[in-house]
Amino acid sequence: MQTRLTLNGTARELDIAPATLLVDLLRDDLALTGTHVGCDTSQCGACNVLIDGVAVKSCTVLAVQLDGAEITTIEGLASDGALHPMQAAFKEHHGLQCGFCTPGMVIAGLDIARRHGGSASRETIAHELEGNLCRCTGYQNIVSAIEAGSKAMQDA
Amino acid sequence: MREFEFTRATSLDGAAEQFASGGEAAFIAGGHTLLPAMKSRLRMPDRLIDITGIPGLDRIERDGDRLWIGATARHATVADDATVKSAIPSLAKLALLIGDPQVRNRGTLGGSITNNDPAADYPAACLALDATIETTGGRYQADDFFLGMFTTALADGEIVTRVGFRLPQAGAYAKFRHPASRYAMVAVYVARFVDGWRVAVTGAAPAVFRWTGAEAALAAGQPTDGLLLDPSELNSDIHASAEYRAHLCTVMLAKAVAELV
Repeated sequence: MQTRLTLNGTARELDIAPATLLVDLLRDDLALTGTHVGCDTSQCGACNVLIDGVAVKSCTVLAVQLDGAEITTIEGLASDGALHPMQAAFKEHHGLQCGFCTPGMVIAGLDIARRHGGSASRETIAHELEGNLCRCTGYQNIVSAIEAGSKAMQDA
Repeated sequence: MREFEFTRATSLDGAAEQFASGGEAAFIAGGHTLLPAMKSRLRMPDRLIDITGIPGLDRIERDGDRLWIGATARHATVADDATVKSAIPSLAKLALLIGDPQVRNRGTLGGSITNNDPAADYPAACLALDATIETTGGRYQADDFFLGMFTTALADGEIVTRVGFRLPQAGAYAKFRHPASRYAMVAVYVARFVDGWRVAVTGAAPAVFRWTGAEAALAAGQPTDGLLLDPSELNSDIHASAEYRAHLCTVMLAKAVAELV
């Protein structure tokens, strides 16, 4: 089915089979493998992407429902070779161990920054990461990274 | 998922036409109940009809003693909406307790109540807040809408358009969340109206229900800590025994009563 969408800033017109999940479109058809599939049951958050600026779990979205939408994946955050402030904060604060959950964590962090600006407390950030699982148990540094990243975005 | 056809409706009439054009059809909005059911092949529709492009279906407005929320309003929108927060703050709080932030950014009111999951949150709000459920076929009172596990009074092809929650004098929703799924192990919605109390329980039994014993006790000004639901009518599963759920209902009732706003 013909679907027009903007992907990481580029307008695309795609012919998509209706049963295609957004995450499968991204990974299998468009080779954007930074978005991960952890659970496929809308629990782990590894597949988070931004749709019209809002974080959603792309394993539970039909790609054909996104006609006219603007999608941003982890690949679309850096510009001109410079990391997005949220990505830079994850690097600075060692907010990743194995890295599998990281793209989803960064996207969740952007949604937290969208809702709270740079003012979210550590407690709020930890609570609002309830939809993201890290199996390395590295949440402390992830919270620190989102705290710093949100502030950096506000100051930018 | 099995292959299916997909159409985009731009009007309620158009959606009804597409539904009637043969095979098993289903409506989709946020997809956060339907798509998981399709992945596990509990549902295998031949055609999906997207209703999110129908104008006005996500509107939120207060009209007299009711707060009307459109069927495709997303949980995050309800949780953050100024009209909802001022009219029925306990309902905004309930929306904030559904799933997680990403799920709330996608899931909708209509999807939640038409699925009628035994542990879903909105059905409890509908029952406790004496909601009117408006559809393409007419209107239902919440008491007549939720018939049983995953079952509602909706006919095939009928679309929920909006839900009118009656404004209580005070209300509160106390939820004991399953730590992984965030569904209610047990949750109790208490609402006080000028003409009486309404108490709805979700997560505890095969479907949402009103706790009439608690309503009577609250109306009589009696303490509720001695109330206990009959465990033989409650769910027992790997997460909690029926006896534990009965106890949780009493505890969540007290918590809701203490938090009435």
